[in-house]
Amino acid sequence: MPSRLSRYARPMLGLLLPVALAVGWELVVWFGWSNGRLVPPPSRVFATITELARSGELVRHIAATLWRVGLGFAFGVVAGTLLGAISGYWSLARRLFDPTVQALRAIPSLAWVPLFILWLGIFETSKIALIAVGVFFPVYLGVMGAILSVDRKIVEVGRTFRLSGFAMIRRILLPAVLPAYVVSLRVGLGLGWMFVVAAELIGASEGLGYLLLDGQQLGKPAQILAAIVIFAILGKLTDWLIEVAAAPFLRWQDAFARPKGA
Amino acid sequence: MLALDRVSKTYPNGVQALARFSAEIRQGEIIAIIGGSGCGKSTLLRAIAGLDRASSGTVTLDSEAIASPHAKIGIIFQEPRLLPWLSVADNIGFGLADLPATERREKVTRALARVGLADKAQAWPRELSGGQAQRVAIARALVPQPEVLLLDEPFSALDAFTRRDLQDHLLDLWADTRPTLILVTHDVDEAVVLSDRVLVMRPRPGRLFDQIEINLGRPRDRNSPLFENFKRSVLTSLDRSLDRNVPDRDATQGPGQAMWW
Repeated sequence: MPSRLSRYARPMLGLLLPVALAVGWELVVWFGWSNGRLVPPPSRVFATITELARSGELVRHIAATLWRVGLGFAFGVVAGTLLGAISGYWSLARRLFDPTVQALRAIPSLAWVPLFILWLGIFETSKIALIAVGVFFPVYLGVMGAILSVDRKIVEVGRTFRLSGFAMIRRILLPAVLPAYVVSLRVGLGLGWMFVVAAELIGASEGLGYLLLDGQQLGKPAQILAAIVIFAILGKLTDWLIEVAAAPFLRWQDAFARPKGA
Repeated sequence: MLALDRVSKTYPNGVQALARFSAEIRQGEIIAIIGGSGCGKSTLLRAIAGLDRASSGTVTLDSEAIASPHAKIGIIFQEPRLLPWLSVADNIGFGLADLPATERREKVTRALARVGLADKAQAWPRELSGGQAQRVAIARALVPQPEVLLLDEPFSALDAFTRRDLQDHLLDLWADTRPTLILVTHDVDEAVVLSDRVLVMRPRPGRLFDQIEINLGRPRDRNSPLFENFKRSVLTSLDRSLDRNVPDRDATQGPGQAMWW
C-alpha cells in the first residue's frame, strides 16, 4: 500500500509548490489585483508558446539551440574524456598538462567570448567553441578524478588475474569510473545549456537565447518567460536522457539513493 | 614445490619488512603463517603472489621464478574484493575470460553449487552477506585451479560462527584439487585447525622464528586434548617470538644471523 501511494504521491509532492504559485499568480491577475504586464500570468506565457509553435518559429529556435548545445557538448565531452583519461592514467601527462588546464579553468569562460569572435567569427563556430569550453572542464576533472580515485584494491584484483593495459582499462577502470563519469556528463551538459544562452545573447538571429533578447528589446516579458520555460523543459529532458541511458549500466551501485529503475 | 630462498623486502622508506625468509613448501601442503603485527607476513604473501617484488632473494614455483602474478598462483584477500559491477556468477568467472563461454558457464555453475550459492548466481555483490561474499571470493580464486592459493587473513573480518563454517568449507574445497595453501592469520585456533605446518615469524625485521608440524588427522576435533596441546605450543612459540630476550633459534636462516647478539 505505501509503495503504491508513494509512487504517485512523491512526484506530485514536488509539483505542489510551482503549481500553487502559478495558480496563485493566475488568480491575482484574474481578479485584477495586478495587471500582469511585467510578470505575465501562466496562461499568457502558454499562449505565447502556442503562438510561436503555430507559426513554426518555435521549432526553428529550438532546433538552432539544440544543434549548438549538441555539437558543443559532443566536442567538449570528447576532448574532456580523452585528456582527462590520459591525465588520470599517466602521471607524466598529468604533471605536464594538468597545471595548464587548471590555469585555463580559472579563467571565467565568458572572458573567451571576444577572442573567439575575433578568431572564429560571429557565427556558429564561435558559439559552439564557447559551449565546448564550458563542457570540457567538468568532464575533464570528472574523468581524471574518477580514474585517480579507483580503489587500489580492485586494481590489484585485476593484477592477480594478470590483466594489463587494454584489458585492465576495459574490465576494471572503465566500469569503476562510470558512475562518476555520468555525473560529470550531467554537470557538463548543465554548463552547456548555460553557455548556449551566453553565446546566443551575444549575437544570434535564431535560437532560444535570441528569443530572450528579442523579448527584452521589444518589451515582451511573456516571450522571455516562454523561452525560460522551454529552457527548463529541454534542460531537464536532456539530463533525464543521460540518466536513463546510463541507468542499465549502473544498476549494481550500492548507494544511499539508487538511480531510478534499479 | 614452492621454494622461498632468502626473500627480503626493504620498502623505499627504509623499513625492512622481511629479512632472508627461506622455506620450502610441498605441493598440496597447508601452511599457516602466524606472527605479531609488523612481522612481514602480508609482505611475504604479496611477494609470493608477485604483487610486490622482493628486494632480494627468490620465489620459485616448480623451478619457475615468480616476479609477477602467475596463472598457477591465486590469492584471497582479507576483504572479498568482488567487482561490484559484475554479478556473482561473473565475478566467479572473472579469471576464466580466455575460455569459451559454454565451458566458462559450466565451471562457474559448478563452483557456485560447490560454495552453496547456486541461488545467488545473478545477485549483485552488494546483496551478499560478509560470509557469502568471501565464499564468492574463494570460488573466484579456486575456479582457475591454481596450484598455490594464498590467503591473507581471509576470515578475520567475519564473526566466529561464520569463520568456523568457512574454515571447514575451505578444507572441503581444498580436498577437491589439493592445491598448496598458504594462509596468513593471527588466529592460533585457525592455524591449528587448518594447517599441516605453522610458521611462526618474528617482527622487526620480519623473519622466520619457528616451525611447528601439526601432526593431526582430519577432520580435526577442536576440543580434543591433542588439539589443545598443539595450540599451546604455537602460543608458546608466538610468545617467545615477541620476547626480545629470546635469540633467533632457527639455524636454517643462514650463518651469522642466529648469532646476531
